[in-house]
Amino acid sequence: MEEDPLLTITDLRIEGRSGELWHPIVKGVNLTLRRGEVLGLIGESGAGKSTLGLAAMGFARDGCRISGGSIDFDGINLRTAPEAQRRSLRGKRIAYVAQSAAASFNPAHKLIDQYCECPVVHGVTPREQAEADAFELYRRMRLPNPEAIGFRYPHQVSGGQLQRAMTAMAMACRPDLIIFDEPTTALDVTTQIEVLAAIRDIVRQFGTAAIYITHDLAVVAQMADRIKVLLRGHEVEEADTRSMLAAPREAYTKSLWAVRSFARAERPPATGTPVVSVRNVKAGYGAVDVLKDVSFDIHHRRTVAVVGESGSGKSTTARVITGLLPPRNGEVLFNGKVLPPNFKVRSREELRQCQMIYQMADTALNPKLRLRELIGRPAEMYLGLKGKALDSRIRDLLALIELEPDTFIDRLPSELSGGQKQRIGIARALAAEPQLIICDEVTSALDQIVQEGILKLLDRLQAELNLAYMFITHDLATVKSIADEVVVMQRGVVVERGPKAALFAEPKEEYTNLLLSSVPEMDPDWLNRLLAARAGQ
Amino acid sequence: MPILLSIVVGMALFFMIGFVARAILQAFAPAHLKPTFRDIPLTASFGLSVILLYVVVAIFAPMIAPFGEGEVLGAQFLPWASPYYLGTDKLGRDMLTRLIYGARNTVGIAFATTALSFFAGSFLGIWAALAGGWLDQWLSRFVDALMAIPALILSLLLLTIFGTSVLTLILVIAAVDATRVYRLARSVAQGIVVMDYIEAARLRGEGMWRLVRREILPNAMAPLVAEFGLRFCFVFLSISVLSFLGLGIKPPTADWGSMVRENATLITFGDITPLLPAGAIALLTVAVNFVVDWQLHRASGLKE
Repeated sequence: MEEDPLLTITDLRIEGRSGELWHPIVKGVNLTLRRGEVLGLIGESGAGKSTLGLAAMGFARDGCRISGGSIDFDGINLRTAPEAQRRSLRGKRIAYVAQSAAASFNPAHKLIDQYCECPVVHGVTPREQAEADAFELYRRMRLPNPEAIGFRYPHQVSGGQLQRAMTAMAMACRPDLIIFDEPTTALDVTTQIEVLAAIRDIVRQFGTAAIYITHDLAVVAQMADRIKVLLRGHEVEEADTRSMLAAPREAYTKSLWAVRSFARAERPPATGTPVVSVRNVKAGYGAVDVLKDVSFDIHHRRTVAVVGESGSGKSTTARVITGLLPPRNGEVLFNGKVLPPNFKVRSREELRQCQMIYQMADTALNPKLRLRELIGRPAEMYLGLKGKALDSRIRDLLALIELEPDTFIDRLPSELSGGQKQRIGIARALAAEPQLIICDEVTSALDQIVQEGILKLLDRLQAELNLAYMFITHDLATVKSIADEVVVMQRGVVVERGPKAALFAEPKEEYTNLLLSSVPEMDPDWLNRLLAARAGQ
Repeated sequence: MPILLSIVVGMALFFMIGFVARAILQAFAPAHLKPTFRDIPLTASFGLSVILLYVVVAIFAPMIAPFGEGEVLGAQFLPWASPYYLGTDKLGRDMLTRLIYGARNTVGIAFATTALSFFAGSFLGIWAALAGGWLDQWLSRFVDALMAIPALILSLLLLTIFGTSVLTLILVIAAVDATRVYRLARSVAQGIVVMDYIEAARLRGEGMWRLVRREILPNAMAPLVAEFGLRFCFVFLSISVLSFLGLGIKPPTADWGSMVRENATLITFGDITPLLPAGAIALLTVAVNFVVDWQLHRASGLKE
């Protein structure tokens, strides 16, 4: 006999408010989830994944409302059930794990207090038993010192550990359903593996059903039994993981799969004076040396990717090159000439030659200035353009980044999408006509399809304008597609550097190998194989 | 009953003025301002028309007022009757005339003072936040020291040192007020200077003036404008207090603050004449804040 599904969502419609108007976010999605099954929800941002995930708890965010359809959880209609009944379900039978554990834990309470809150409030177990249970779950989540870690405050444990503690917390009442909303997106690849493995094991051990929301296909391939693809509030297709990966039916799904295929051949090695040469740099804040001994070169028309975990000193290196952080030791050469260590004493010409593109375009563009001024200012300042000449230069730049000048020139950043904002960041850097552009995680806040567009654009511009790129990233897929050379950093030291192809084919250092092998692959057996291989070592 | 009636009449006037002003604004606004006035709330159009009325009265005071500013015309405390429509004050000067001239002095001085304190306070505050280090320390500790002295005592001290004239009055109140504005501007700017776009502008080699004016100020505008609306009203208070102590606006120059005080005795006789200048201050305060609120909504991008 076919068992009743745990969760049935039929023709769900959710609307969000902007001003006086309600516009649809989720436009009639059906979803069924059996007990113990893991469903992966994927799609770009704005596809309605998170909204749908929250709706599975009978919850709509502020400014959103569920306007149609039904949500049936184990025989309870969550749309019509009274709020008190819904509240009694949340945390107890349906739990939620948020993207940023660091932002979701209350910083004023110890982890274990937050763990115990839910079982005690719902009257599932008394406090002592809940604590004992917490130790057990912390152990199963492979947290170090499971008996002690609960007595720390959230800021005293690392991001990966917090994310696992949060999953343990969600498990506290042994719910029937857990909703994971991008639980590993904010983590480094090496940490991601541990969290993924821990989540998957615990979900299987307790037979919990889960909805796993992510935009990372390779991650969902490891976690989910079935995958549902969403696009702008519609379902594109749904199938079990293996058949979906093997043979996607819809064009949109195929395009998602194809994104990872953009790769540029490595350019031949360059000779001559490098544009930038970092020599034995040692730098840090206060008493701490973030960079211990960093040296590398960047040549004309080449992209050097600097990779490493967070805290390895990638961004600090960029700050040394731009002059924001004068090094304690060592020097930075630009076209063979030593650059003054502090940007304040650099000449305007020296400043012009080295431009920067930031990770968060939202905070990198002044929200009150129009694009005309945002892009035009460097051109006006460095090149002395005025009036008509400036206007036509701004239009050229907009055309260069593939935005229609007449439509965009007088817009504010808030009137642009994430990808368009990042393009403006690029245009602003180009306006100065630099030789070197430092790209600090420029694609990591963007969807994969948008990322692809930005990478292709950067690549085209490099060929046209003879630029050198320093590409800071933790995403090795990006490195594979765009880099010529790779510099691997760990704890302030360059562990290994070399041409992309050679480094990916035969990493010499153990750390490089660990980093490379931690990048999720689309193969659903990848995580099993990797864990087996690592256990065997 | 009269209270109820006056509330009803007041509301009716409010709606009438609001609607009429909005219609006029929308009909005659220049093309580039049309979108600004399209969604103007009733409160803001009312506020704008009141401010406009005050400005007109202030500018054309000598033409509108029936008598001279300091002219003593007859008996003291005459009741409301022609030709003294609002009666006379304790020296027998025409109340209506003095109200009209008062608009000129009080509003003019209040506006000049607030504008000056905002210009100085916000520039210094943003500069301190931007430069940091010892400059920030020096400026901030200096301002702290000034703020530790009660505002009234400090202004009395300064006025005694520099002598009393309208100009010193403006400068002194502006200086005292600027300390409060400095604190606000600095704390707002501190949240802005850490943004990437400020770092980008610094790396571009932008000068201090440009950073303050184009990069930080537009983003700090909303809280500063809100504070402006509030400060503007407090200045009336400072002026009237100082006038009371003989260090503010000197008689026979009319100002609303002193007019309330001088004629306060009438209240005990059930005459509301002394409340007229107070009402004039209150109406302007409300009007200014209506407009400020509207601007705030627009600046913060809130649609509701």
